[in-house]
Amino acid sequence: MTLTTLAALVPALPFLASIAGMLLGRRAPGFVQPMAVLPTLASFVLAVIVAVRQGTGPATDVGTRLTPTGSVPVDLALHLDGFAVLIAVLVGLVATCVQVYSTGYLRDDPRYPSYAALVSLFTSAMMLVVYSGDLMVLLVGWEVMGICSYFLVGHYWETPEARSAAVKAFLVTKLGDVPFLIGIFALAADAGTFRINGILTTAASGGLHHPTVIALLLLAGIAGKSAQFPLHTWLPEAMAGPTPVSALIHAATMVAAGVYFVARLLPVFMLSTAALAVLAAMAAITMIGSALAALAQDDIKRVLAYSTIGQLGYMTAALAVGNRSAAVFHLLTHGAFKALLFLGAGVVIHAAGTNSLAATSRMGDLRRRVPDAMWTMGIGLAALAALPPFSGFFSKESVLRAAEDAASGHVGHVPSAIGWTVLVAGLLTALLTAAYATRLFLLAFLGSAPRIAEAPEGGAAHDAHAMPPVMITVLWVLAIPSLALGVTGGVLPAWFDGTPLTPTLATSVLGIGLALVGVLTTYAAWRAAAARRAALAAPPAHTEIEPAATEAYAIAHHEQVYGDIAAAADPADPGRLLLGRLHRHAAHGFHLDAVYTALFVRPVLAAAGLVRFLDREVVETYVQGAGATPGLLGAIVRRVQTGNVQTYLSALLAGAVVLAVLVAAGA
Amino acid sequence: MHLGYPAVLAVLLFCVGLYGVLARRNAILVLMSVELMLNAVNLNLVAFDVWLRDTLHAGQALTLFTITIAAAEIGIGLAIVLLVYRNRGTSDVDKLTDLADTGTEPDSDSIAPTTDNAAETAADQALPAGGQTA
Amino acid sequence: MTLAAGHPGFLSPTGVEVAFLLVGVATLGAALVTVTTKQLVHAALWLVVALGGLAIEYLLLTAEFIAWVQVLIYVGSVVVLLLFGLMLTKAPIGRSADADSGNRWAALTVAAAAAATLVWVVVDAFRSTWIDLSGAAQGSAKVTGASLFRNWVLPFEALSVLLLAALVGAIVLSRRKNGAPS
Repeated sequence: MTLTTLAALVPALPFLASIAGMLLGRRAPGFVQPMAVLPTLASFVLAVIVAVRQGTGPATDVGTRLTPTGSVPVDLALHLDGFAVLIAVLVGLVATCVQVYSTGYLRDDPRYPSYAALVSLFTSAMMLVVYSGDLMVLLVGWEVMGICSYFLVGHYWETPEARSAAVKAFLVTKLGDVPFLIGIFALAADAGTFRINGILTTAASGGLHHPTVIALLLLAGIAGKSAQFPLHTWLPEAMAGPTPVSALIHAATMVAAGVYFVARLLPVFMLSTAALAVLAAMAAITMIGSALAALAQDDIKRVLAYSTIGQLGYMTAALAVGNRSAAVFHLLTHGAFKALLFLGAGVVIHAAGTNSLAATSRMGDLRRRVPDAMWTMGIGLAALAALPPFSGFFSKESVLRAAEDAASGHVGHVPSAIGWTVLVAGLLTALLTAAYATRLFLLAFLGSAPRIAEAPEGGAAHDAHAMPPVMITVLWVLAIPSLALGVTGGVLPAWFDGTPLTPTLATSVLGIGLALVGVLTTYAAWRAAAARRAALAAPPAHTEIEPAATEAYAIAHHEQVYGDIAAAADPADPGRLLLGRLHRHAAHGFHLDAVYTALFVRPVLAAAGLVRFLDREVVETYVQGAGATPGLLGAIVRRVQTGNVQTYLSALLAGAVVLAVLVAAGA
Repeated sequence: MHLGYPAVLAVLLFCVGLYGVLARRNAILVLMSVELMLNAVNLNLVAFDVWLRDTLHAGQALTLFTITIAAAEIGIGLAIVLLVYRNRGTSDVDKLTDLADTGTEPDSDSIAPTTDNAAETAADQALPAGGQTA
Repeated sequence: MTLAAGHPGFLSPTGVEVAFLLVGVATLGAALVTVTTKQLVHAALWLVVALGGLAIEYLLLTAEFIAWVQVLIYVGSVVVLLLFGLMLTKAPIGRSADADSGNRWAALTVAAAAAATLVWVVVDAFRSTWIDLSGAAQGSAKVTGASLFRNWVLPFEALSVLLLAALVGAIVLSRRKNGAPS
């Protein structure tokens, strides 16, 4: 098979699987699991073959035009280069892992067939986005991913949290997608084509007339999809979905699509210094803010969600300094270790029966009950905290190196101010990231029961057999790239733009130093706060049921127990000690939702109230008048209608006479 | 003879009949007025037939047809009037106002079967009385 | 009967014309009484006069067969039918105050307007048209019969079917329902 056929099969297989799953899911339950896993696995294998065959050679770009579509043609085009094929491999790997994990995680879920079909459809759409060489085709995949995300976040639609989270995720990303669509149209209007390499050629020859407008419009869509400030608020809420979904969509792949899109069209963004500045500011605010927020969250998945936002901030920061190799490198490593972290969190939630760190920090036996989760999550968290030799260290260092290059003015078009912004924000975030990663690990696994233990712990006995072995296996599979992907930093430049990605001494020392400071500070704070650990109300745990149901139950009860979906009043939390008075604000995402409520929701509601008043009181009056006036006229005219035939006949004949006279007079 | 004489006479008879149709209250008188109108038309037909010296004598043939149809019409018409009288107890045209939209439900007693029987009895009793008058 | 003045023919009317006018006035008068009288039975009798007058007019127009048919059918049967109808509906004998409906003035207006219009049109159209009554009678029984059975046979037969239908219809309408308790 040719490279093109193989590449076309990569998105096609999961798509067909999802169609088949939706059609047959209820009738043939036995086929659902193989139909979910095998096509995704095949797609992954094909993606690997495509990557191997594409290799470091020149980009493959093929396209076919099915039909003329108006002024600007839309082509079914594939564009395969180092970025595309490697990201496709990552997507295939994570999607396969997630499908396998889901067979255990949602083993008893009555909606598993539709869930698996949607995950397959999502995988297909993501592959389409990655391979597409045409912006319109890319947009199709982009929007299909959005709708899949909506459905999967709302998987537990019985709970109000999941419903509102799904709607929020959909609306916020759509808010960005509208300018995004306009931006694509503007781009195509300037370039005269939707083909990406055509656009890049135009951009290189200076044919784009409004680069700043286009870039800013596109940035809105990217901020929505990749959860960057100020459109990031949907991502923490989206954790109401099942954990595998969070791992696949809201950590490893979909949210990275925005980064990938910018990486693809980076020459367009490079034309506008303003757009790069906005991107850098966005990235800096996102990184620091999300890291602070992550330090204050109580829900283990919310910690990871804010962490995802921050790591995406790293990628956009790399793009802001014009280095897409570093961005995609970090995308690859982050996709691996964040998927691992989420899946590990799923195991922890199942084992602990709660998603609250305040509760797990009082269990003390989790490290014995789920040692695999502890070790793999430890690897993932070390990668997240950018400790050498884990993969996150290398990719983060490549970002910092790019920022340092820009700060020293070595990158053309990029002002050194942007470089400095990114560098400082990146270093600060490295410190904070190490801090919250440490906090997560300490609270989740190294907790100990309070001295006044209220009940003897008997969880370990019935728990060991409840943990599906596939879930554990998947964790170890994902731990390998999290551990080892960093060493590819020396090879990857050949696949990418050729920019060196290996760490430099200065940033390495700074980065490791800051990370260690973060780890040690948090550890010290944890030790200091441990003295204050006291019994705390814990949500009722149900670990004997299937993992997904445990999670749904935990999410639904977190707010009831702690009075807040994001925070818990735990005095022993090192995050509380570190953040001090900032903790309350950080736990709520710096009240951005409240700001949005004040700025947008309330005015919209007020306007709706006004419209309703106008409709009820003003328009309705006209409508009723329009009805009443003919009614009144009818009542008057009805008096003429006596029912007496002679009267009718008189009128008829009188009319005839008048007509005759008129005709005669006229003649 | 001047054609105007029969033509004008026909017009005037027609309009007299018209007045009768529109103004009379009793349904049978209305039928009489209809007869007047038909006869006015007949007069016209005959006069024009004579004037035109029609070889087919279409006017006279049509007059005969009209007379026949008028006879049939009066038969049916009277049967209807009698039926109405039997059902409603009256043959006054201006009381048959069921076509009117009064805004309420139609009078139930105007179609009630009890009225039917009562009117029939009344009609039966009227026969010997009418016969005496004739 | 004011026709266009100044025409030579009106100043020297023939005998037939004089007779036609006189009978016409009588017919019209009888018709007027028919539609205005307050005695219902009288109205039927005045109708006889008007229809009879018309029969004379037919004679004067040399349509003798029509005239006799008129007398036979109208005077002989139709009026009798109408009288029966009056009796069967218990029409009051003597003057009834409410023989005319409230629609009377509207009816008068419409009728007068129609009369004025039609007279105007007719007079305007036939101001100088004359009927030649000389020669063989136009409507003798022989002529009419020949025409009727030579040229108008098919409509004649169709009409007989119509009469049959009317007969059946009248019977069905006036028959009492068998099932109805009476």
